[in-house]
Amino acid sequence: MPGEVPLRGRNLGDLAFKTLLTIAAIAIPALLAFLVWELYLGSKLAIERYGLGFISGTNWDPVAEEFGALPLIFGTLTSAAIALVIAVPLSLGVAIYLTEFAPKWIRQPIAFVIELLAAIPSVVYGLWGIFVLIPLLRTAVFPFLRDTLGFLPLFQGPIYGNSMLAAGIILAIMVMPYIMSVSREVLLAVPTSQREAALGLGATRWEAAWTAVVPYARSGILGAIILGLGRALGETMAVTMLIGNRHEIAASLFAPGYTMAAVIANEFTEAATDIHFSALTYVAFTLFFVTVLVNAAARLLIWRVSRGRPSGGQGV
Amino acid sequence: MNRLGWRRWKSRVMVGLMMVAVVVAVAPLVMILATLVARGAGSLNLAFFTQIPVPAGETGGGVAHAIVGTLLIVGTAALLGLPIGIGAGIYCAEYPTARLAVVARFVADVMNGTPSIVVGVFAWTLIVDVQKHFSGLAGSAALAMLMVPMVLRTTEEMVRLVPHSLREAALALGYPRWRTSLSVVVRTCLPGIVTGSLLAIARIAGETAPLLFTALGSQFMSRDLDQPMAALPLTVFTYATGPYDDWHRIAWATALVLILVVLVLSLLARLATRQRFGSRG
Repeated sequence: MPGEVPLRGRNLGDLAFKTLLTIAAIAIPALLAFLVWELYLGSKLAIERYGLGFISGTNWDPVAEEFGALPLIFGTLTSAAIALVIAVPLSLGVAIYLTEFAPKWIRQPIAFVIELLAAIPSVVYGLWGIFVLIPLLRTAVFPFLRDTLGFLPLFQGPIYGNSMLAAGIILAIMVMPYIMSVSREVLLAVPTSQREAALGLGATRWEAAWTAVVPYARSGILGAIILGLGRALGETMAVTMLIGNRHEIAASLFAPGYTMAAVIANEFTEAATDIHFSALTYVAFTLFFVTVLVNAAARLLIWRVSRGRPSGGQGV
Repeated sequence: MNRLGWRRWKSRVMVGLMMVAVVVAVAPLVMILATLVARGAGSLNLAFFTQIPVPAGETGGGVAHAIVGTLLIVGTAALLGLPIGIGAGIYCAEYPTARLAVVARFVADVMNGTPSIVVGVFAWTLIVDVQKHFSGLAGSAALAMLMVPMVLRTTEEMVRLVPHSLREAALALGYPRWRTSLSVVVRTCLPGIVTGSLLAIARIAGETAPLLFTALGSQFMSRDLDQPMAALPLTVFTYATGPYDDWHRIAWATALVLILVVLVLSLLARLATRQRFGSRG
């Protein structure tokens, strides 16, 4: 009963409650600061020895203690770019269809099914990639691409299966649900008057969607795409299992490659020297900074569109 | 007239293309689930759930060690991560304009986008490198770090949905602030917080990368969090990339079990919220 609580005890209770909550809230920035500090300490040795040349070096030889991360950075960027080229049109098509065209009863179920894709663990994508996707690509898709688009350097050379393109395709499947669900949210936030005005001027339904609705949500959609990019850059397991893990920069997408996340996954347990550990931590440090920048940009863009709405654009 | 006809035709073609996009987007999910069941279901028997692996090359054995390992590692991660995530989430909702709330919210977004492998490296430098041996506890710490920002954001959103009138009524009746928060506000949105927590647990249960060099994995039954420990996702990775056909069979079956765990947790999460609306009629 509230009446029985003495006034002093009440204040003590409030004080204790607020203190506990504050400790929990302080823990969040403290953890992140601690993470940055530990990564810095861990990579200090490599930063001092290689400096920024680490980023432009192409040779990775743990035995000779030579570490250059350029092929890794190249692989991370290329696989993420392939993923976006495939995933962006698909997820935008689905998002526009679900908000503007689909029958009402089908919208929620389709959105739910696609969001289920986001719940599948990365390692399961990798497993499926090794035993289903790679054989399909090696026997059917890659030869077809080489026959039709083989005049481009991108689609030349021997076909192994495990390759940059395979990693890009699995990444596309994995980032699609994120881009789709955030784009859908920002499209839903576009005022109905935008659509009505365009339709009232005689636009077809597609023209109304493409010229009145999509431009209105432009920066939010860009935010969704950059959020997907952030996911693709940091994705580890599925890429490690499909990309072929070779330290080289090849023009052909059929050739194996390597990414920053994958090299950490593969070499961290095998590293024997301090400088090897330090170089791998340096890679993690670099990857961390790239993803922080990418995500900050995405949040800013999404926030600009959905501010003022009660249930902001956090989405995922 | 002709031009209008062309515009109508274009509109129809674009809608058709978008429907194709929907089919292409849904296809991988169907294919993945179908292959998991087709290749994994046949290997699910009692031995699979109760035995530990047999030496490479022999057939049979199970993944009981990985099931126990996942339960222990994820359970410990939840014990570490949930209080911090929920507490910070309530803080952000109760004092939304406080500088600390703004900072915590922003940092949680940054952490949400941090690759899980980077968090794994952090846990390695923090625990494994200091102790000089791999341990399940280091894996739990990494997973806890991953779930904190997710739990924070869902908790905050749920607490904010509680109408102000409820809080005011409790305060007017003479409840102190902390009891208003706990037995009125948090009590009201508890199903939402449970849902958010279960979804976060479902997500970390499938994480592999942060466990690679923390929990490491093991071929034996281990209940000691201070020792290397097996986990379902690690088992899928090891067996999928191994050279034996029988290993691949086990990888499919383990992946099926892992997916079932994740889907059951997600379903439970939805039930927790539904019950609330059901009981309110």
